Amino acid sequence: MRILLSVGLSGLMAAPSLAADMEISIDIPKLDVAEYHKPYVAIWLEGPDKKVAANLAVWYDVANRKQEGDKWLKDLRQWWRRTGRELKVPADGLTSATRAPGSHTIKFEDSAALKDLASGQYELVVEAAREVGGREVLRIPLQWPPKEGTSLNAKGEHELGTVAVNVKP
Amino acid sequence: MKSVIRTAAVLALSAVVPVAAHAHKAWLLPSSTVLSGKDEIAVTVDAAASNDLFYFDHRPLRLESLVVTGPDGAKVEPENKSTGKYRSTFDLPLKAPGTYRIALVMDGASARYKEDGKEKRWRGRAEDMAKEIPASATDLVVTQNVRRIETFVTSGSPDDAALKPTANGLELQPVTHPNDLVANSEAEFKLVLDGKPAPGVKVEIVRGGIRYRNQLGETTVTTDDNGVFKYTWPEPGMYWLEANVSDDKATLEDAKERRAGYAATLEVLPE
Repeated sequence: MRILLSVGLSGLMAAPSLAADMEISIDIPKLDVAEYHKPYVAIWLEGPDKKVAANLAVWYDVANRKQEGDKWLKDLRQWWRRTGRELKVPADGLTSATRAPGSHTIKFEDSAALKDLASGQYELVVEAAREVGGREVLRIPLQWPPKEGTSLNAKGEHELGTVAVNVKP
Repeated sequence: MKSVIRTAAVLALSAVVPVAAHAHKAWLLPSSTVLSGKDEIAVTVDAAASNDLFYFDHRPLRLESLVVTGPDGAKVEPENKSTGKYRSTFDLPLKAPGTYRIALVMDGASARYKEDGKEKRWRGRAEDMAKEIPASATDLVVTQNVRRIETFVTSGSPDDAALKPTANGLELQPVTHPNDLVANSEAEFKLVLDGKPAPGVKVEIVRGGIRYRNQLGETTVTTDDNGVFKYTWPEPGMYWLEANVSDDKATLEDAKERRAGYAATLEVLPE
């Protein structure tokens, strides 16, 4: 009986998942505006408790001439409130430069950020904020680790084009 | 026995009574409340009293009583203080990360008296009362006024060291941090009077931008037995809240009544 009980418990504890891959592609739309700045973008995984389960990428003005690129990180409001304000930037493997309009793909193969995640339901969140422009947040619910190869996507209306995520076990 | 206890409770409650709000709304308005970055970050703050929030169209607030507390609990010196026709303004460099409490703290007095049979009124600093009210005054009634007007700004992560109550007059103690407010989320605060929970106090809450709408849209909430009140922000914006009480705890000689007021400007961000 005792053995059975401990097996049941370990099932509930959701052991860390085995290696699985995630590929995210993000369209940054070309906008016809008088003053254009490439958007700041944050990409993270959120648990059902709205807590950040994994920080995946942050694109910001890392190489700002006056070294004040971090001054606008707070404009990624949800990311800033949930995790950004607790982090030190730049951070290896997380932060990189802003991207020009077009499609950008980032891959997480056997990634450290995802390897230790408990299996369960998550939301992939992509937030974009543009200087003298707007802000947009897209959410894609997904299961991690994936049981089978899956493609999911969401379409932005203002600051983001299509965001697609491909996961495979 | 039971009725004695009840009478005592009623008396204790009635010792603190709500009083009417001031004629004009007094406020501090920071240029930002949530900031990121390491170097040379600062906020500029306006200080004014007006009918409409947050437009400086009536008179400036004097900055003599400005007290800024930094994230380590120590005082921070504001820069470039100036007072114009309609507003005062100053800069506050945020050299260390954390939460700053910006406050105008007034401990003054007002008086009614008769001189040659005519009713007169006086208001000012307690130490000026003796020389400004003539010795020949009769029927002198003095009221002590303790008033605190505040706002908060945070660089990086919010923290609590600057928010410890001074235990003088009416103050806001956060349950929800004042720089962590989001539209459609419930915030919870505690009002304290001399550092102790202030139950049954009415708190008026108004969103800024009054000039461009027809209705004031104010909400009044009342603190519970523990001095706690809760409010769900209906939309993002700069909000102003105010509470006033009156009791017999005056520390000024001559004063029978003490009035304690609290006002704060809080920014609520979009989700």
